[in-house]
Amino acid sequence: MTNLIILPILIPLLTGAVLICLNKSIMAQRIVAVFSSIAAMTASFFIIKKVHADGVQALNMGSWDAPFGITLVSDMFSALLVFTTNIIAFVCLLYSFKSIGDQREKHYYYPVFFFLLVGVNGAFTTGDIFNLFVFFEVMLMSSYVLLVLGGTKIQLRESIKYLLVNVISSALFVIAVAYLYSVVGTLNMAHISERIDELSGNGMPGIITVIAVMFLIVFGLKGAIFPLFFWMPGSYYAPPAPVLALFGALLTKVGVYSITRTYTLFFYHDQEFTFQLLSILAILSIVVGVIGAIAYWDIKKIVIYNIIVAVGVILYGVSVMSPDSLTGSVYYLVHDMIIKAALFLLVGIMISITGTSNLNHFSGLIRRYPVLAWTFFVAALALAGIPPLSGFVGKLLIVKGGFEEQSFLGAAIVLMSSLLVLFSIMKIFINGFWGQQPADKGEVKAPIKWLLVSPVILVAISALFGINSEAFLPYISQAADTLLNPDIYIKAVLKE
Amino acid sequence: MEILMAFVIGILFMSATYLMLSKSLLRIIIGTGLLSHGAHLLILTMGGLKRGSAPLLGEHAEHYTDPLPQALILTAIVISFGVTAFFLVLAYRSYQELGTDNVEDMKGTEPND
Repeated sequence: MTNLIILPILIPLLTGAVLICLNKSIMAQRIVAVFSSIAAMTASFFIIKKVHADGVQALNMGSWDAPFGITLVSDMFSALLVFTTNIIAFVCLLYSFKSIGDQREKHYYYPVFFFLLVGVNGAFTTGDIFNLFVFFEVMLMSSYVLLVLGGTKIQLRESIKYLLVNVISSALFVIAVAYLYSVVGTLNMAHISERIDELSGNGMPGIITVIAVMFLIVFGLKGAIFPLFFWMPGSYYAPPAPVLALFGALLTKVGVYSITRTYTLFFYHDQEFTFQLLSILAILSIVVGVIGAIAYWDIKKIVIYNIIVAVGVILYGVSVMSPDSLTGSVYYLVHDMIIKAALFLLVGIMISITGTSNLNHFSGLIRRYPVLAWTFFVAALALAGIPPLSGFVGKLLIVKGGFEEQSFLGAAIVLMSSLLVLFSIMKIFINGFWGQQPADKGEVKAPIKWLLVSPVILVAISALFGINSEAFLPYISQAADTLLNPDIYIKAVLKE
Repeated sequence: MEILMAFVIGILFMSATYLMLSKSLLRIIIGTGLLSHGAHLLILTMGGLKRGSAPLLGEHAEHYTDPLPQALILTAIVISFGVTAFFLVLAYRSYQELGTDNVEDMKGTEPND
């Protein structure tokens, strides 16, 4: 039992509270924000160390013993995601300083930013299904505010749709938890897993399958899988770049994390139906995402549709449920969080230079902004999974797992999608960076030095993550190991 | 009792769905309110509707009621209260800004695609 694992939730919470009081002074807000972001990052780094050395860490809040109180659980999967989240938050924070604008900074941008982190880190760490719902709500409430902050017409219009979709999915979440509670009589995730195991002597009872599908709908709405992604391209189009990067990198991944967690911990008995369904939806997400990414000529939209592709790839790996594919999924999840944040920030810089996100309206950026162009190029290669960058290792493992489990069609589609993803993102590079520069030479070069720092950091991390993947693999495979053997998780929480 | 509750919840969900499919923003918000009421009643019912004394050790009763669903509902009510308040403010603000509360007129995205 260690109090360490609550720090990534507590630090942003306290920071958010302090920042509310500092809203008059932007400089003070920035300093406090940077320091607490570094503190959260350090804490989550030590959690990884601790989990790697001593196994799954569980913390019973208020010392109420495990199945009765709320438990926070940090296994390697959640520890890695919390660490990645904090890195991305730090980088987006740096980017915000120069791009988000005084008005937003004065109107509680930073406090809400940190409350969002409370929700995301909490959702990754909690070991209680209802507490997961509460952290989801914390996260969503902050995301509503971040989405609408600024109050332009498009933001207001899209916020209403986003809010409505999420209110409905929250109601479904409550319903799903209620059903689950009526069947198993507990809310502790380890305990639920144990009870479902007892119930599933010969196959999972039908009601559990119904609950599994309900959870898939709830988390699928947040994670934007195939039929439930409809809200995302519109809503994510509205906010400014750093907010978009946070949303694209973190919010959908919380949904993906929750699907992975519930399906590997609760619903692993009946692989015939639930995992089949997950696999079909994942493959359809890849297909639809790729079609969207290729069809649009708007740089924001292209990257947004690539989120759906990535979600599909990760969930396909989960649905195959072999050691290789799960390792690949965890790896790809971490990779995708980093690279999506980088891409959204880069797209934000391009929009701030050109003033438009339509690819037909600008070209030739590489002459004036070579660093931007080459960073984008590396990020694009990493996204598509070109070796030795980080996307490659994850996809390789997922495809390998897929072939080993005789799931040829899915693995082939994952492979094909890489090519089309590369095409969709190279379209930006070819049309936006190459070609003729606009004629008016008198234009001053936009000051993008500071803005470039953040995506360069992220792309460097991503490259390191790919080239040096041997060093990271023990951590990743430990995460996959816990997912494959729910007993490790249960034993750590219930202390049997 | 549970059967009766099931009907109540069903009717709540039904009216919520009807309201949320309408075009006026205010009706949609009332719809989301009803939806969360239905979900809250569902938690209560799913915990089992038993008559029993308060779940305190000193009571020495034969039956105790389950306190957990009530705690869950309390949390969920507070959350849905907050979200509804935010939604109302958002709706008012967008009515001022967009000049309409009809969701038909809020369709479409940016002009350039």
